[in-house]
Amino acid sequence: MRIGVPREIHAGEKRVATTPDVASHLIKMGFSVAVEENAGDAASYSNEAYAAAGCEIVASAKELWAQSDLILKVRAPEGSEVGQLRSRQTLISFIWPGQNPDLLKELTNSGATVLAMDSVPRISRAQKMDALSSMANIGGYRAVIEAAQHFGRFFTGQITAAGKIPPAKIMVIGAGVAGLAAIGTAKSMGAIVRAFDTRPEVKEQVESMDAEFLMLEFEDEDGSGEGGYAKVMSEEFIKAEMALFAEQAKEVDIIITTALIPGKPAPLLITADMVRSMHNGSVVVDLAAEQGGNCELTEAGKVVQRHGVSIIGYTDLPSRLATQASQLYGTNLRHLLAELSPDKNGEIVIDMDDEVIRGATVCTNGETTWPPPVPKLSAAPPAAKPEPAPEVVEHKPSVAGPIIAMVVAGLSLLGLGAVAPPSFLAHFTVFVLACFVGYSVIWSVTSALHTPLMSVTNAISSIIVIGALLQISSTDKLIMWIAAFAILITSINIAGGFAVTRRMLAMFRK
Amino acid sequence: MIGGGIVTVSYIAAMILFIVALGGLSSPETARRGNWYGVAGMTIALLATVLGVVTRQYTILLVALLIGGTIGIVLARRVQMTQMPELVASLHSLVGLAAVMVGFANFMDPTVHFTGVEHTIHDIEIYLGILIGAVTFSGSVIAFGKLSAHITGKPMLLPARHWLNLGLLIAVIWFGREFVLQSAAGGGLTPLIIMTALALLYGIHMVMAIGGADMPVVVSMLNSYSGWAAAATGFMLSNDLLIVTGALVGSSGAILSFIMCRAMNRSFIAVIAGGFGTGGGAVAVSGDIEGEVSPIDTQETAALLVNAKEVMIVPGYGMAVAQAQHTVNEITRALRDKKVNVRFGIHPVAGRMPGHMNVLLAEARVPYDIVYEMDEINDDFPDIDVSVVIGANDIVNPSALEEPDSPIAGMPVLEVWKGKTTIVLKRSMATGYAGVQNPLFYKENTRMLFGDAKDSLDAVLKAL
Repeated sequence: MRIGVPREIHAGEKRVATTPDVASHLIKMGFSVAVEENAGDAASYSNEAYAAAGCEIVASAKELWAQSDLILKVRAPEGSEVGQLRSRQTLISFIWPGQNPDLLKELTNSGATVLAMDSVPRISRAQKMDALSSMANIGGYRAVIEAAQHFGRFFTGQITAAGKIPPAKIMVIGAGVAGLAAIGTAKSMGAIVRAFDTRPEVKEQVESMDAEFLMLEFEDEDGSGEGGYAKVMSEEFIKAEMALFAEQAKEVDIIITTALIPGKPAPLLITADMVRSMHNGSVVVDLAAEQGGNCELTEAGKVVQRHGVSIIGYTDLPSRLATQASQLYGTNLRHLLAELSPDKNGEIVIDMDDEVIRGATVCTNGETTWPPPVPKLSAAPPAAKPEPAPEVVEHKPSVAGPIIAMVVAGLSLLGLGAVAPPSFLAHFTVFVLACFVGYSVIWSVTSALHTPLMSVTNAISSIIVIGALLQISSTDKLIMWIAAFAILITSINIAGGFAVTRRMLAMFRK
Repeated sequence: MIGGGIVTVSYIAAMILFIVALGGLSSPETARRGNWYGVAGMTIALLATVLGVVTRQYTILLVALLIGGTIGIVLARRVQMTQMPELVASLHSLVGLAAVMVGFANFMDPTVHFTGVEHTIHDIEIYLGILIGAVTFSGSVIAFGKLSAHITGKPMLLPARHWLNLGLLIAVIWFGREFVLQSAAGGGLTPLIIMTALALLYGIHMVMAIGGADMPVVVSMLNSYSGWAAAATGFMLSNDLLIVTGALVGSSGAILSFIMCRAMNRSFIAVIAGGFGTGGGAVAVSGDIEGEVSPIDTQETAALLVNAKEVMIVPGYGMAVAQAQHTVNEITRALRDKKVNVRFGIHPVAGRMPGHMNVLLAEARVPYDIVYEMDEINDDFPDIDVSVVIGANDIVNPSALEEPDSPIAGMPVLEVWKGKTTIVLKRSMATGYAGVQNPLFYKENTRMLFGDAKDSLDAVLKAL
């Protein structure tokens, strides 16, 4: 099967759907790969590199579309591209069918099979094909870089000869993939990072990155929706949330917002008033700009100055890190193709019983297959319902037990004392005391030395040899020989026990 | 040759040296000296007895000592550290056997005369000494067989085995009474021999019913028994040195058993009763866990390790089986050279005897100050970048803490899943000893490295 990778025609789009590295993998899987001339230029992948990986370089897009069975793209097809799609051809790219119903209709009418990378279901098995996460990761990183670009100070705090520099304070709203990437990046640049999210389960993730999690003390409200996304919150919650943001806005230098709810316009979180309350020179990066923005003053695709605050509304952050983004996106595509081509024979099979493929396929053979039946799996297990705490049955140590034991022990001691001769009792005293000495000595032994402890106690328990020594001088031949044999075996034990202990202890070194 | 007073004083010196020897084991530095104290104590005790008590048969005595000593030293030199549990078990069996023989010899010794209550007490001491000795002997032999895989490690559970044990106990008591009665009349050898046979059977039956991973408890219990056997012999011979030493060893073994049981959250009785969960009815094996395991290859493992700051290695019995400890050390050194902080987390019941893992790591020259026990490092897991679990299963199973109905519920485990990434080296997806599925393998931050631990680690080392 022939794969074609055209150059992206969307204005400003620098990514490319396949890198030379990914292409070489695809060729190994049995595909042949054709790349449009200069398709990878903007992402710093040269024609030569593609050719070296075994790709054919095709001069015109038209030719490429006509000759290829499978088209790999980043952006949804636009303009002339849609018309070139034909039946029995397969296209894999971002489509956003929910936002682009007209495009979906056109694609369906072309009779081609189209798989949307944005519709790959969010289940664990499909993580390696999850291009949204890959791109969000890059977006989060880039958001911090853009913020640094427009921020007039260091991120990290320093004490220099020229004075003290306070670290930048950053608030990240929404700790999804992008949010976490932003937290990690900002943190590694030395900033103080706080993060907010409506889903309490991400608290641990945020804290694992050494950032502070801003908590709203709200019972019974969990913002986790299906598929690991957030959902719309109640009115009181939003009120409390806004109060928190207003408070933070006065303090922090940079706000990065990543709050999105699937299928809805982005929630408005940072009002014009909040922006006004921020210090001069502060930065707001709005990753939700494309969906309307989390900040009231955001303008999609632009950087604007409002009340002395730079508000960054870029919608093409992944494209601004084109080399990395192309590599990750290409790898996501490669994983999807591996899934589509289970026999590794360079042919693809659209298996509509496979949950991942079913989810991604938006149209095939002139039929629209979007939206797919809802998969019921969540990325994070739904938080355990506050089930009645398992009743902890405290086993109260019964008072009766020890008392009975003591009484029994006391009585048996009394009984023993009544009948036993004094010589026995003298030995018994020694025995009981020795048990207590043993008890206190052994508890101080470090657990690392338990094996040597066993071998050394083994050796010294062979003190039983004394019993045999007492009898070896017996005139009775049988007793003498039994004793001799007992001496033999206990001396194995003495020598062996001490020697092996010595050997082991010699190995313990710093 | 020397007087009784001197002998007694020598015995006191030996007792003190033994106590100091055990006390020395509180840290590796003092332990080496402690071992020499033990040797000195044993030498003093032997010399005093030979010089002060023995009157003839010096040649036989010397020959027996020399042969035994040579065998012992050769054994100690040759044994591989992975075989330590077997060696310890076989040495225990010798103590048990010696106790039986000394008991019989003492019983048959015509020069021992007691009357009245003293005679009865002496008979009971003989009886107990032989009983404990015989159980120790046969139990240790079976334990040795299980540890060296001559006998299957699976618990062998006879039907109605608890009744069988009870029957044996009653029989032993009944024959004890017979023995005391007949001994007073000058006989008693027959009930003594029958009891010895019963005790041997009991030892076999008891250890057969215990599974491989409960071996740490069994080995330490037998260690304890060998001590009590020596103490009983001491009573029989009215010898305080034997009593004290026996009591020391006996309590040492008992404490070890207790520590092992606590580490598995199981009662001593339940372990001895055999099987896992079988004491309390059906084994509640939790259902299959939904989810997928993500495999990893050795290259990626090496990359993960090199890029980590904090690495925790959790070894289990699988490391001993694969003899992978040397490779583990090489990897540790390579990583430490790259400024990766590598530490080891040891679960008390990892391996087949108490402290087994520590000895293996020490053999491979892993510095002991980076080897920690579970309680010391369990709180550190959230800061760990990569945990490497080598051939361990139940000791890192989160269901011990999360599922109240799990057979291993409540057992303290190493909480590796709290770290950022966990790499589990395993031969297959088989369950561990307890037969419980391990949800750890299905966690999102767990990667499985399938294959023989040694081969995998060698490849990782190469990739470093």
